[in-house]
Amino acid sequence: MLLTAACQREKRDLRPAPTRLAVLGTAARESLLQPGGAQAPLEPVNPAEGNAYSISEGQRLFNAYNCSGCHSHGGGGIGPPLIKDVWTYGNDPANLFDTIVKGRPNGMPSWGGRLPEYQIWQIVTYIRSLNKLEPKSATPTRSDSIEQNPHTLTPVPEPKLQ
Amino acid sequence: MMAERLGTKLHQNGAMVIPRSLAAAAVLFYFAGILFPQIQNEADDGQWTMAAKNPASTRYSALSQITTSNVKNLKLAWTFSTGLNKGEEAAPLVVNNTMYIVTPWPNILYALDLTNPGATKWTYSPHPSASSQGTACCDVVNRGAVYYKGKIFYNTLDNYTVAVDATTGKQVWKTLMGDINKGESMTMAPIVAGGKVIVGNSGGEFGVHGWLAGLETETGIVTWRAYHTGPDSQALIGPEFKPFYAQDRGKDLGVKTWQGDQWKIGGGSAWGWISYDPALDLIYYGTSNASPWNADMRPGDNKWTSTLFARKAETGQAVWAYQMNPHDNHDYDAVNENILLDLTIHGQPRKVLAHPDRNGRMYLIDRTTGEVLSAEPFTFVNTSESVDVKTGKLNAVDSKKTGFKTVRDICPAPPGGKDWPPSSFSPRTGLLYIPYNNLCAEMSGTQANYISGTPYLGTDVRMYAGPGGNRGGLTAWDPVTAKPVWKVKEMFPAWSGTVVTAGDVVFYGTMDGWFKALDAHNGNLLWKFKVGSGVIGQPISYKGPDGKQYIAILAGVGGWSGAIVSGGLNAADGTAALGFVNAMADLPKYTTTGGMLYVFSLP
Repeated sequence: MLLTAACQREKRDLRPAPTRLAVLGTAARESLLQPGGAQAPLEPVNPAEGNAYSISEGQRLFNAYNCSGCHSHGGGGIGPPLIKDVWTYGNDPANLFDTIVKGRPNGMPSWGGRLPEYQIWQIVTYIRSLNKLEPKSATPTRSDSIEQNPHTLTPVPEPKLQ
Repeated sequence: MMAERLGTKLHQNGAMVIPRSLAAAAVLFYFAGILFPQIQNEADDGQWTMAAKNPASTRYSALSQITTSNVKNLKLAWTFSTGLNKGEEAAPLVVNNTMYIVTPWPNILYALDLTNPGATKWTYSPHPSASSQGTACCDVVNRGAVYYKGKIFYNTLDNYTVAVDATTGKQVWKTLMGDINKGESMTMAPIVAGGKVIVGNSGGEFGVHGWLAGLETETGIVTWRAYHTGPDSQALIGPEFKPFYAQDRGKDLGVKTWQGDQWKIGGGSAWGWISYDPALDLIYYGTSNASPWNADMRPGDNKWTSTLFARKAETGQAVWAYQMNPHDNHDYDAVNENILLDLTIHGQPRKVLAHPDRNGRMYLIDRTTGEVLSAEPFTFVNTSESVDVKTGKLNAVDSKKTGFKTVRDICPAPPGGKDWPPSSFSPRTGLLYIPYNNLCAEMSGTQANYISGTPYLGTDVRMYAGPGGNRGGLTAWDPVTAKPVWKVKEMFPAWSGTVVTAGDVVFYGTMDGWFKALDAHNGNLLWKFKVGSGVIGQPISYKGPDGKQYIAILAGVGGWSGAIVSGGLNAADGTAALGFVNAMADLPKYTTTGGMLYVFSLP
């Protein structure tokens, strides 16, 4: 098992597949309420899953395509945070892929037709790594953004009336 | 909270001693106002028809029922919920016994009947595109509307300027002014000047081609549009253009001070305040930061970003310009308020404008010529040493210049010594009441890629409290001596506007949800009320149908400073919300969201 994960971690796809709509039909369900009872999910394979190179590339692309302009380095800003427990549209790889391709109604742009599919998977995998959803062995221990100077951290005092 | 008096003494019992110079100045102003028409002494009908109260933007209410001695009795009169959880930055309007409120996206306009408090006369819903929320840099805010000859004018987040019949709530016209797929949005409060409704775009964080435009009030037809980067023909710079300083003179500086075509995506939007001097027929406003934030990516002075403009209201033709922050390094937009005053400076009567800039300096500028008279810091500043009033040049500190490197201890931080929340001026005290920030930052440059409709930044930022640890406050500033008279510290940035009344009371709100009344002379806290959410709006003072004076404020935290609460951001990433989250990690402990209007009066 460890061996398999390690292999995936170092895998490089030298000829990534051209763009195609990998997430179709029931793959990216956004509701647990499924009349007639829950159905077995169709799970498309995330080719970047557990791959350190892809996570690293995903981080680079996340900045290069200005995802960081809205989501910062996961904390959010113009867009919602991407480090969180509750996801409106799900955080399975298929959900995240779907979100990037289709966009979302309240401001998330639709990137479909603009980005190659393998890059979308790399960004998906990076976002999952921010949430510790990727293997520890493949996830970098710190962000590429500016290092925190501990003297500038805002202390969080207890609330008190003035 | 005791105000910190500067340069004067307090009696042991805490009673105020008015410094002789201040008392004399107050008396002088008072009588001068009666003897000579001064722009700051416009008659007050008890209404509030534009966000800044009057074209001079003084936010001074001549109503005097509420005074320093009775304000402690102020009681809640009525409330109104907007039902929204985004930042409420707008000033309510009061016209013909009706209050008008513009909400953040979805930009609903409510008309409330003041003869039947709380009752809604009508609601106008422009249905702005939901996707436009993705192009609003700093929460989906709106700073208010303007009333003129039976119509309410305001902007929607998805770039429409709308005119609504003030009586019926029916749409009169709707003009599309910009494109979200170019990163444009609209959040500013328009004014009407020279018979035109004047509006500008937002999007300095998206590499927009910034502009200001004048529309016909009757039809919504665009009469003129001035772009703030590019050739003189687009900037409406022509034969009338006579800047005071040499560096602002020359042909097509909006092209020559950029490399190649960078001016086309260079920012310079106009999302802030516009003032108007009817006697000179000039409007005054500032342009935003240059795009992208990473200064190394746009060599040159980057005109006309971070610049103050004077333009003819009817034609848009520029009369003078003064670039506050050439080659902006720190997101120092020049969009803050310009308060028009007629003052005696060094023994000479001068028509001036007072502009507290993001760079932390209070500029006093001759509004007929553009000459800088003084530019002293009103908050802690280490990014510049001085402004040479002879040359107009800002002496910037080299070690604080940003680009492809990490620079620490930058004060003020990108939101500036103050951001858009507007100051007020009392002709009775002669003082400006400035809500300020005390924030510093570290900035780190990265490659910025231009993809239209997405942010164009190239900078990671982390902000934190400046010297002293308080992140903001309120300062009373004497524009004649260019010195502060008193300061009140606040835990969080003071992100609400101020209003000052003829009762010598200053009203403002705090991000931790207190609405406060201070003594305009000394800053002593006279009254406070805990509202439901942090205040980032603009207080107003008006006369109700019953003849009583009312004070109104929209509460509802959000905006850039409050995004951590209104956007549910994660403080684990200090760079969130362009680095503001690092300085506001504790805000969720003090306030939740919720838009609500509060109206106060004496019993």
